[in-house]
Amino acid sequence: MVDASILPLVVSAARVRRDGRDIIGPLDAELAAEGTTLVIGPNGAGKTTFLRMLHGLERLSGGTLRWQALEREVRRRQAFVFQSPVMMRRSVLENAAYPLILRGRTRRQAREAAAGWLARIGLAEAAERPAHVLSGGERQKLALARALVTEPDLLILDEPCASLDGRATREIEALLVAARAAGTRVVMSTHDMGQARRLASDVLFLHRGTIREAGPAEAFFEQPQTPEARAFLRGDIVE
Amino acid sequence: MNEIWQGLIEAGRLIATLDADLIEISLRSLQVTVTAVLIASAIGIPFGAWLAVKRFRHRRAAIALLNALMGLPPVAVGLFVYMLLSRSGPFGVFGLLFTPAAMIVAQVFILTPLVASLAHQSMRELWADYHDLLISLGATRRQRIAAIVRDGRRALLTAALAGFGRGIGEVGAIMIVGGNIDHATRVLTTAIALETGKGNFALALGLGFVLIGLAISVNWLVHTLSRTEGGARW
Repeated sequence: MVDASILPLVVSAARVRRDGRDIIGPLDAELAAEGTTLVIGPNGAGKTTFLRMLHGLERLSGGTLRWQALEREVRRRQAFVFQSPVMMRRSVLENAAYPLILRGRTRRQAREAAAGWLARIGLAEAAERPAHVLSGGERQKLALARALVTEPDLLILDEPCASLDGRATREIEALLVAARAAGTRVVMSTHDMGQARRLASDVLFLHRGTIREAGPAEAFFEQPQTPEARAFLRGDIVE
Repeated sequence: MNEIWQGLIEAGRLIATLDADLIEISLRSLQVTVTAVLIASAIGIPFGAWLAVKRFRHRRAAIALLNALMGLPPVAVGLFVYMLLSRSGPFGVFGLLFTPAAMIVAQVFILTPLVASLAHQSMRELWADYHDLLISLGATRRQRIAAIVRDGRRALLTAALAGFGRGIGEVGAIMIVGGNIDHATRVLTTAIALETGKGNFALALGLGFVLIGLAISVNWLVHTLSRTEGGARW
């Protein structure tokens, strides 16, 4: 995956408008080829829209996203995990296998690869059960496996642990660390500053649809440069 | 009350003696409506799913029109199909009028909007669930439709059964294009209309009970075979 990655990405003057209002932008950012980027910021800062924009789910009303590959290829080589995982009305195994079937693999190849992932996330026993009977944590793990089964260059997660308990959160984080070690670029948003400190190699601090501060995680958490970031990290309410 | 009892007794007698005429017209009823439901589903289900997935300019108007067509009056459809299939009509050369094929054509016209509209309603909800995921996974439009039809198959089965229910009890259109010809195009509903007209209430009621029984058993059979209500299924 190292050769000809879709990254680095350069975002310049990107804007997303909805209902006559700028949700995002103008926004400039760069995503280097490696690392784990945590997107943080107060509610309504535009974290979700920013991530959806990176993934191509939001139409840009201005600016550009410059990837290192053609758009079609870019879409194929990234994956997205939603805050509340979408479970298809199929078995756990079929959920995990579905992205590969869309990409034209045979049913057997897809199911084999999916079964491997189910074993890694500890859901091998549940393979033939319908996905909607899973618990919240199991659903999110399945969503993560479904995202990773295509071996994406870039994995984007929108607050994947928002409503999970400690154990499920720890399992998700372990999977993310493993994915990163295997060469997957991770970009995720979170509300949990402890999680941000645990996972981040660098941070994007979003406020009112723009990036107020970006840089290596350690520097950001030790010495935030902007008053908003300082207030946010102190736990003040930032609007 | 007396007539109803006599009707029940007549129905019992017809079934118990395996009355040849009864079996013939019941099978023809099934043949016409089941064929029409299959054709209407083959058209209506993909169309309903497509309508749920595709965004276009006059989509709302198209959906409103489709919903209105659900209530298409069978007599008017019968007349329309009659004009199409009559000797002087555009499809007259095929000689289909007053055959079971003509009755199937008329029922396809009646059932397709119903099946398509019910399919669209259930597919629309499923699509709202799946929208972000399928876009994110890069599914093509064909793959999106395939996914919601596959995963919504139980709701679609209900749509098809609603079509069957409407078709099996329909009399106006098949009376006009079929003509209620004995041993050719007579079905349960047209036979009931005829026997009632002749004042043959016991036989008419007997046929009515057979018709109701048939409708219930087909629904029960389909649900049993697909195990719709069984445990942790969708």
